[in-house]
Amino acid sequence: MPSPRERHEWLLFVLLIGPNLALFAVFTYWPLIYNFYLSFVRWNFLRPTKPFVGLDNYANVFSSAQFWTIVTNTFVFAFFSVGLTLIIGLALALLINQPLRYRNTARAVLFSPVIMSGAVVAVVWSYIFDPRYGLIDQFLRPLGIASPNWLSDPAWAMPAVIIVYVWKNLGYAVVIYLAGLQGIPRELYEAARVDGAGPWARFWHVTLPGLSPIAFFLSVTSVLATFQAFDIIKVLTDGGPVISTTTLIYHLYTLGFVSYDAGQAGVVAVVLFMIMLVLTIIQIRYLEQRVNYG
Amino acid sequence: MTVRDETILARPVVTKANKGLLHVQRFFGYLAMALAIFLVGLPVYWTIIAAFKESAEIYRIPPTWVPLNPTFENFSRAWNAAPFGRYYINSFITTLGGTLAKVLLAVLSAYALAFLRFPRKDLVFLVLLAGLMIPPEITIVPNYLTVGRLGWINTYAGIIIPSAAVAYGTFLLRQAFLALPFEVIEAARVDGAGHVRILLSIVIPMSQPAIVTMALLALVARWNDFLWPLLVTHTSDMRTLPIGIFWLRNSEGVINWGVVMAGSLFLIVPVLLVFLWLQRYIVEGIAAGAVKG
Repeated sequence: MPSPRERHEWLLFVLLIGPNLALFAVFTYWPLIYNFYLSFVRWNFLRPTKPFVGLDNYANVFSSAQFWTIVTNTFVFAFFSVGLTLIIGLALALLINQPLRYRNTARAVLFSPVIMSGAVVAVVWSYIFDPRYGLIDQFLRPLGIASPNWLSDPAWAMPAVIIVYVWKNLGYAVVIYLAGLQGIPRELYEAARVDGAGPWARFWHVTLPGLSPIAFFLSVTSVLATFQAFDIIKVLTDGGPVISTTTLIYHLYTLGFVSYDAGQAGVVAVVLFMIMLVLTIIQIRYLEQRVNYG
Repeated sequence: MTVRDETILARPVVTKANKGLLHVQRFFGYLAMALAIFLVGLPVYWTIIAAFKESAEIYRIPPTWVPLNPTFENFSRAWNAAPFGRYYINSFITTLGGTLAKVLLAVLSAYALAFLRFPRKDLVFLVLLAGLMIPPEITIVPNYLTVGRLGWINTYAGIIIPSAAVAYGTFLLRQAFLALPFEVIEAARVDGAGHVRILLSIVIPMSQPAIVTMALLALVARWNDFLWPLLVTHTSDMRTLPIGIFWLRNSEGVINWGVVMAGSLFLIVPVLLVFLWLQRYIVEGIAAGAVKG
């Protein structure tokens, strides 16, 4: 039997954590369950009835050619955004990670787009991409290259979105890499030096292995972030032209709030959740391993 | 603050043999810094000069790199083209309200998890953390229905409350609370201090850096939030700044870039000022979170 004092503590515990848990239940867990339910009914928001249709919504979504283009877009966007961010970020971090003056100023400047609103960044870049009066054209014209119609050409819209996304998020990768580089014990470098390892060998055998957990963390969290990227796409291209920059999250938004198709929106939400869940589990597994062996 | 940070970096032993190499390394380091500043700075500079140009000058080829007759006209036109005053008020209310709610919920939850007894407390913590696996973007349709049923469409409550629950912040603060010296809290308890006293006079003051970091991250996220406020607001007088600049671009873009860039600066400048002032908390907080994993 718990003592009255203990019971008093239990009550206080529930009072303190209850509101937070209740909000989670209503606005996070319930929507997840409800999305599963929606994916099995046919429901236009404007109609009162929701007939159960089994797997019809799944069949409809998966059999449309459009959907697979959108899945491809999502992965192309994730792959190039994350790849470029990780590689350019690593190069910058390695170069800046020296006792240089103004090093922290450079870090702060690089980080500043990360805290800007994606919407305003996209607005600014829609001017930069303007094929006649934009900033990029000013660099292309002297070279005799005609600026592509970045945002209205289906071949260039995705590269444009990727450029803006990388520009906005590069500083995050640099900050994380720099923190990781400082976490590599100095003694390892000294030991390698004593063993006669040159700068290149030290990079391959000390820096890269030392950074690999950080790089892994960055790649998973960055991929997860690209799956959630909405504001830049909405403002820059509105998912277009045609569907060239429509990703799964954008598709979910369109199905739900433009075509009012709750069932198919439910399917896309479930698919998106599954993909992200697998990624998160991989990450947790990996982190656990690191704790066990590291 | 810049200087103190440098001491963290151990300097490699300099011998004659690698002194030359070190110079080359430093040269490339400065080059990288210059490139980084150029990469970020140029688009921002381009925005600023456009905001100060007369409209004819914006559509001049080749462009001018310094405004010929700097003018504030674009700023007043942007301010009048959209209800920016109202956007600011809405953004302030939803950002401060949302952040305050998050900080309060995180502090209370973390205190309970760190200091109170409860059967299977670990399970409760796990339920909370599992919320991190469900991205808010996939909840938009059901949440819109819920908020509609509550009658919160196009209200501040509708913007703030669905994202008020806090998992990561609770996790961060719980870590910080558990790291506090146990003897201090025990001593206060022996002296007869209740939970409220302990929370207000010991736990909160002693974990201030963690709370500030958590609050700043929430602040930035709320201020920039786009998808949910876009869905849940229907009238111009309820829009927040990110939604407002999006509409301004849609109505004035291409034909009036100067006005749109002036409007963009309404958003960029306050955030940059706060960031320059508090960047240490934000950058270090993010870096620390990642390295500790």
